[in-house]
Amino acid sequence: MSQIEIKYGRIIDPRNNIDQIGSLYLAKGKILALFNQPDNFNADKTIDATNCIVCPGLIDLSVRLREPGQSQKATIASETQAAASAGVTSLCLPPDTLPVIDTPAVTELIKDKAEKVNYPNIYPLGALTQGLMGEKLSAMFALKSAGCIAVSNANKPLDSLVILRRAMEYAAGHGLTIFYRPDESSLSHNGCAHEGVMATHYGLPSIPEAAESIAVAQCLELAELTGCKIHFSQLSCKRSIIKIQQAKKYGLNVTADVAIHQLHLSENDIEPFNSVYHVLPPLRSEADKKYLQEGLANGTINAICSDHQPHNLDAKLGAFPETEAGISALETLLPLTLKLVENHVLSLSKALASLSSEAATILGLEKTGSLTPTYDADICIFDPEKTWQVNEINWLSAGKNTPFWKQTLKGRVIHTLQKGNLIYSLEKNK
Amino acid sequence: MMNQNLQLNNEGHLKHFLTIEGLSAKILNEILDTAESFVSMSQQQVQKFPLLRGKTIVNLFFENSTRTRSTFELAATRLSADILNVDIATSATSKGESLLDTINTLEAMHVDMFVVRHPLSGAAHFIAQHTSPHISIINAGDGQHAHPTQAMLDVFTIRQHHPDFSQLKVAIVGDILHSRVARSQIQALNTLGVKEVRLIAPKTLLPAHVESLGIRAYHDMKQGLDDIDVIIMLRLQKERMNSAFLASESEYFKCFGLTEEKLKLAKKDALVMHPGPINRGVEIASSVADGNKSLILKQVSNGIAVRMAIMSMAIQVGVGK
Repeated sequence: MSQIEIKYGRIIDPRNNIDQIGSLYLAKGKILALFNQPDNFNADKTIDATNCIVCPGLIDLSVRLREPGQSQKATIASETQAAASAGVTSLCLPPDTLPVIDTPAVTELIKDKAEKVNYPNIYPLGALTQGLMGEKLSAMFALKSAGCIAVSNANKPLDSLVILRRAMEYAAGHGLTIFYRPDESSLSHNGCAHEGVMATHYGLPSIPEAAESIAVAQCLELAELTGCKIHFSQLSCKRSIIKIQQAKKYGLNVTADVAIHQLHLSENDIEPFNSVYHVLPPLRSEADKKYLQEGLANGTINAICSDHQPHNLDAKLGAFPETEAGISALETLLPLTLKLVENHVLSLSKALASLSSEAATILGLEKTGSLTPTYDADICIFDPEKTWQVNEINWLSAGKNTPFWKQTLKGRVIHTLQKGNLIYSLEKNK
Repeated sequence: MMNQNLQLNNEGHLKHFLTIEGLSAKILNEILDTAESFVSMSQQQVQKFPLLRGKTIVNLFFENSTRTRSTFELAATRLSADILNVDIATSATSKGESLLDTINTLEAMHVDMFVVRHPLSGAAHFIAQHTSPHISIINAGDGQHAHPTQAMLDVFTIRQHHPDFSQLKVAIVGDILHSRVARSQIQALNTLGVKEVRLIAPKTLLPAHVESLGIRAYHDMKQGLDDIDVIIMLRLQKERMNSAFLASESEYFKCFGLTEEKLKLAKKDALVMHPGPINRGVEIASSVADGNKSLILKQVSNGIAVRMAIMSMAIQVGVGK
């Protein structure tokens, strides 16, 4: 299919300040023009987007696909389908696969599988240290050459600050951004819940905010020292935001994201011992949640990610502390972000930016994240008013571990295009 | 916060006993009254009741315990139940069997009740949610969450001396942070309407936001014990010294150990309790533990009657009605 017209939709492109009803013209997998039909344009296919919003495809900064290594939980095939149905056209895969993404071979294996399932826009994050063990630096140049877009130690701690310092210097030398999930493991040690009222009440091993904010503070100091570009992943508390806000004010070039569930849930929402609420970092206080929302609105936090972590049933069966952490979150990402708009936390344009153009900037992706002509035709078309229930019929991820199960959400993706290919249509999937 | 339906059946009767939270004063008093009837009935000599004849109870202990397990065993025996002791601390789960597989395996042996002790908070709830509807679960201690039968035997012991709780001031002293006993005691005392519950502990052994438990926190025995009717001392695990919670046993004893001198800070007739096993010279002086205000051994014997009451109520044979 070479020429596509998407018509009658409300086109919103945050980066170019566009919000207007009209047509979008695609050719050869690229964006050709907006609103005015170019000469010699003959649409092979027309998509009617009446009552829909047409926006850049979503870019998700943290999606576990569970492959390679944990295909009992999910596969690249199952999760890329879920991503497509969620309007996500690019995603970052953290390096904690099995084996770890610390060699070009694993990187290429993933790239290969991505091609096979026709979802090429999987961006692997290379391991910051060999085997994520926190001791020796990974071969970052080789990883970058093989296609890793940035480096990260996922949720694993580093042995010491000197390792972090060297890793930052080394990454900076190769022009790589570090995705850093701040966690001082001596303080978070074995914890599974926020050190607050809920953990005290139920006697759950707890994690203080300081476990995160201290790691943020240390990392900011080293970013200043080394000049390495840092992206903070999945922040959860107020004190981290304050530190990043200050650092940005003094000109440090850092970015940050937050997982969507942290913007909607707090420790107060946890049903006693219900393992579906077991996430890391843990759901924090109401005050933290409010501050994260404000941090997003005022630009301290740049992007929203799903922090998608699909699990099989067994992983969540057990006493709360022994269950595996994480929420299957791809498919609720857009509707929950739209709910922030409805609740006046964010403007619609800002909300969509935090799911697309901002993430593209963090990743240094130059041809996606906005509807600029010549960019890849990565497009999400959604009906903002359409309601749907989170249930077996509507769900594509292999992981059903979400606290939003059986809830009715508003906002449904109708079509998703990746490089001009229609990779998802709601009607076809019904 | 706790879903109370899990513990109660449709008629509002006790089905599982997982936590004090969510249970009304009426139910707690019913447990205490039922226990009272067992105590008075067996005062002269040990008596067996046929209430649970034909029922099978499994003592499922994922953590070592001597006294709790023995009193549950005795309680079941005195109710004429068949009892099976399964010590998992050294068996199945170390072979990689999951908690649920262990439960399913035992359930297939047609049991009526599990008495569960587990090192992780929430384990008893998890088991209650995943067993057949006819099986009752009694929580004999889960992680740092709850130990509700201990709390009930403690309030039972207090009630024998102070039938009216409304003017009572109780202090719990020691390692609150790691204590499932303290959490359950606080809930039981507050539900039964005591005037005040205080916690006395070094800051390192109190959880965050501890006031949210409905207590007043003190770091000093002098202030904390003033005007107190009942002092409950908690056991100090020796390994706490190794993880920087405390400086030394002797310093702990100086600050928080209950000596005859410190006992004088409380009311003149204040009672002394301890869930056991006690560390003499660490949290309590021998002279106090063995003194005339100590109810420590009374607690142990009351433990049997209280556990008989809870077991018989949960299997719903309606004792004492």
